[in-house]
Amino acid sequence: MSTSKTLQWVLPMLEVKDLSVSYGAVNALRSVSFTAQPGVITAILGANGAGKTTLLRTITGLAKPKSGSVRFAGQELLGRAVENIARLGVAHVPEGRGIIAELTVEENLKLATLWCLGRGERQKAIDHVYELFPRLSEFRRRHASTLSGGERQMLVVGRALITRPKLLLLDEPSLGLAPLVTAQLMTLLRDQTAGSDMTVVLVEQNARSALSVSQNAVVLNLGEVVVSDEASVVAADSGLRHHYLGF
Amino acid sequence: MELFFNITLNGITEGMIFASLALALVLIFRATRIINFAQGAMGMMTTFIAFSFLNAGLNYWWAFVFILLIGFVFGSLVERVLIRPLYGKSELNPVIVSIGLLVVLEGVAGAIYGNASHGFPSAFSQSGITIGHTKVAFSHFDLFIVIAVIILMVGTLGLFRFSTLGLRMRASAFAGEIARLLGVRVGLLLTLGWGLAGIAGALAGLLVAPTSSFGPYFMDLNLVYAFTAAVIGGLESPVGALVGGLVTGLCISYVGGYLGSGLEPLGALVLLIVTLMVRPEGIFARPAARRV
Repeated sequence: MSTSKTLQWVLPMLEVKDLSVSYGAVNALRSVSFTAQPGVITAILGANGAGKTTLLRTITGLAKPKSGSVRFAGQELLGRAVENIARLGVAHVPEGRGIIAELTVEENLKLATLWCLGRGERQKAIDHVYELFPRLSEFRRRHASTLSGGERQMLVVGRALITRPKLLLLDEPSLGLAPLVTAQLMTLLRDQTAGSDMTVVLVEQNARSALSVSQNAVVLNLGEVVVSDEASVVAADSGLRHHYLGF
Repeated sequence: MELFFNITLNGITEGMIFASLALALVLIFRATRIINFAQGAMGMMTTFIAFSFLNAGLNYWWAFVFILLIGFVFGSLVERVLIRPLYGKSELNPVIVSIGLLVVLEGVAGAIYGNASHGFPSAFSQSGITIGHTKVAFSHFDLFIVIAVIILMVGTLGLFRFSTLGLRMRASAFAGEIARLLGVRVGLLLTLGWGLAGIAGALAGLLVAPTSSFGPYFMDLNLVYAFTAAVIGGLESPVGALVGGLVTGLCISYVGGYLGSGLEPLGALVLLIVTLMVRPEGIFARPAARRV
């Protein structure tokens, strides 16, 4: 038991190796490699079209790669069905707020618990999300379509955390949010990750706020890894920042 | 006044049958965005199997239960074998496949049972119930129809509203990709939706057969009426299917009763066109909440 725990901390939870994805003649990802460790937030940065979203979609099985491998806790993910990858403890918050608008707030949360929690445990997990985001409990019976942008983001992040995932993939959580809400979200993310064994991969165009909470950063440009280093190193490199991150 | 009363009763009974077939169309459309033109023919086929069971001496109620199960299996198989390979392809493909299935099923039924119409036994008396001194156009069998469809509707709504299976099915229908990311086996649930539709269609066949000229084509016109009902109801809502069924049933009954039964199909067509002109999204369309 204790050995496997130690091993987990030594080995990367997520290991992407030589991953190439193409849509027809367009190469979305070219031989991308990086690793992500438990208890650490790894930011994936880069401009529009750099391949960030494709990278996440390939990890969770939504996009099919040409070649390469994605190992999660030692298991190969490529070739597995999306729902089976999710059931390994991989939570993916897709781009553009993946709420299910036709369901109520509570139904959205409940849906995520069905595969892993028993009848008695579900409500407790849902209440835990309400503690994290008290606003959501006010709207529990309302359709998710009635929520504001910030509330929708609370719902999808809460829904992703509800199953205590081992790997959390977030695609542009700050998109369209007010700076204050973004800051709150990033703080929450940092608090949830620190001291836990959750591996977080954070895709962001908003590089400044992403770098403020992550320990590691991978910069993508036109489907290729430009830099993969500690977040503080990337943030300190003004040339890199200027060239690829726009600040 | 008595005529109006009887025509209305007749319309309600017919409307319930349209509602059950419309429910089948709705279950499939909301899960897979496909109009299953073969739904009526599938109900015809299961009813012919029931016909064989009854001729072989099986008790009506056992046959009834078996046929609903067969309807479920039939619907699931059609999705798995014929429809599943078409997901993500042109929207025209399932239309062609379902019409092809319709033609094949009617051909097969004709080859096995002949194209002449048969008499299908009824579970209850079909002569009108006498209230006071007047006989109304509502038989014990009609009562059975109304109760059976109400049970189907309440069961379907209860499943969707109160069970976690229903929650999974709704999520799969509304947002398949997100549901899969949350660990929901969407493919299985879509098959289940087709299976449920198979039950509703099989029930409609059993309820229509005793009061119509039962043969390979006896569900064709009912499918047209059920389609009208489903469009009125918004194509996505089980409650809409019920209301649409009743509206269609009453309209057709009034047209048939006052203007002549030959005009009934025309009445349904007018109703469909008026609906598409006035409220193309149907009465019970869900709010147009799409992500931005």
